[in-house]
Amino acid sequence: MYIEVKNVSREYTQKGTTFKALDKVNLNIARGEFICLLGPSGCGKTTLLNSLAGFEQVTEGSIKIDGAEVKEPSIKNVTIFQNYGLLPWRTVQKNVELGLESKGMAKQEIQDIADKYIDIVGLTAFKKHHPYQLSGGMQQRVAIARALAVDPDIIFMDEPFGALDALTRMKMQDEISAICKNQQKTIIFVTHDIDESVFLADRIVIMTPNPGKIKTIVKVDLCGTRDRTSTDFLKVRDWVFAEFEMKEKDQIDYFI
Amino acid sequence: MKKISRIIGGFAIMIITWQLIFQFGHYNQALFPSPQGVVKGFKELMTQGVLVDDIYDSMIRFLIGYSISVVLGITLGLILGWFRGIWGFINPIVQVLRPISPMAWLPFIVLWFGIGDIPAIVIIFIAAFFPILLSTVSAVGNVDQTYLKIAKNFGIKQPQILTKIILPATFPNIATGLHLALGTAWVFLVAGEMVGAQTGLGFLIIDARNNLRADMLMAAMIVIGVLGLLLDSLIRLLEQRIYKRWGIVANERSAS
Ligand SMILES: Nc1ncnc2c1ncn2[C@@H]1O[C@H](COP(=O)(O)OP(=O)(O)O)[C@@H](O)[C@H]1O
Ligand SMILES: [Mg+2]
Repeated sequence: MYIEVKNVSREYTQKGTTFKALDKVNLNIARGEFICLLGPSGCGKTTLLNSLAGFEQVTEGSIKIDGAEVKEPSIKNVTIFQNYGLLPWRTVQKNVELGLESKGMAKQEIQDIADKYIDIVGLTAFKKHHPYQLSGGMQQRVAIARALAVDPDIIFMDEPFGALDALTRMKMQDEISAICKNQQKTIIFVTHDIDESVFLADRIVIMTPNPGKIKTIVKVDLCGTRDRTSTDFLKVRDWVFAEFEMKEKDQIDYFI
Repeated sequence: MKKISRIIGGFAIMIITWQLIFQFGHYNQALFPSPQGVVKGFKELMTQGVLVDDIYDSMIRFLIGYSISVVLGITLGLILGWFRGIWGFINPIVQVLRPISPMAWLPFIVLWFGIGDIPAIVIIFIAAFFPILLSTVSAVGNVDQTYLKIAKNFGIKQPQILTKIILPATFPNIATGLHLALGTAWVFLVAGEMVGAQTGLGFLIIDARNNLRADMLMAAMIVIGVLGLLLDSLIRLLEQRIYKRWGIVANERSAS
């Protein structure tokens, strides 16, 4: 398997008490898959993503990408942060060039690559703008272009559309899904929005909190461009809803 | 428009009050000059060419002293802010040195460097250095962690992290420190020149006093005030451009 998560646990110790953010998580991801990590707040989605991206170390178990243990962030696996992480002092162009600058390329080459990806996300007219002059959706597109520009194998996204309004959000979902089909990247996408996960994912990893665990993995067998109103789409969506409702039932039993 | 009329009104009231006090107070011109007297003194200073020379000398000293503290303060601030361990040792020393008025250094400075340009330059340097250093160090401590994660992710190494991420990220806060330091340094320029120099605006004050020319004294004071205001406006303009570029909304309650 391309990405192998084996028996991974992550504990946080605060003021003497330990808290299990991840408990014995196992997950295998194939190259080119679009994976959504779905679950309520606090179920360890960010912790798992940061561990995969090498920003955090796990307490137990191992994470391997392409056979090698993950120890630190690598330019081959780019993370897109929820607050976009654009550098406000750089123009759109310069932001997209950021990751290319440490690759030892010629200036012209860097510019050409940046131009290409700015064009892909449809922001050529805004190349010379600064982030504060752009809407949230446009800023997110810059972040996506910046990630794609370094031609990574994997893109990690932590609730990238969380701060966008519903309509912009759906538009971005359309775009990211189109871009991903063309670019052949492996994507790990964190969300707490069920519809979003059904629309985007090849497989949905459903997580539950206290301690953070994988409950089930739902395979989404919807081919081609997904229609949010088709019966097949709604079927998968109901499936995922049911998974969460079962969890609520458990909790009710528990409290009684 | 309203602002300008207020400014003119304020000054008009001040000058009228001044004139009235002069008229009915029957003070000695050498102790309390009239507005017309000051204008005449100002003209005299201009025709003699003294004022322009003194302004020039003061400005050159100011520029040199201030520039050195900007370069040193920011460079050291970035390094010490980044290497917190070293700052732990330096910080207590700075806290002891900082409350010492730059003027207290003057006897030593004059003993070591003699009378001339250098004492004023050193005084300006000392006055501006600490605010710049401290604002830079604290700005480095407050850099958004996301920027550092991005740098790591995109394979940016030291010293590029310092120049590409930390310096620009901290620049708005540093600019505030530069602004503060400019005002303080200007105040101490005059003080430094009153003791350590044979030319400049500070010397002009002493010279006017020695010759019992209250009108020239007052004229020099007004010039110092106006120049200080001009410098302040200049750096405020610069600051606002930086804020705008960095996407920081200028706050409404600016003190003017
Ligand atoms: N640095 C940390 N220190 C202590 N606890 C943490 C830390 N980061 C996350 N946690 C805890 O771990 C749990 C999972 O957090 P997180 O991975 O952010 O969840 P999610 O992204 O699914 O909302 C939460 O209960 C959170 O409080
Ligand atoms: Mg999270």
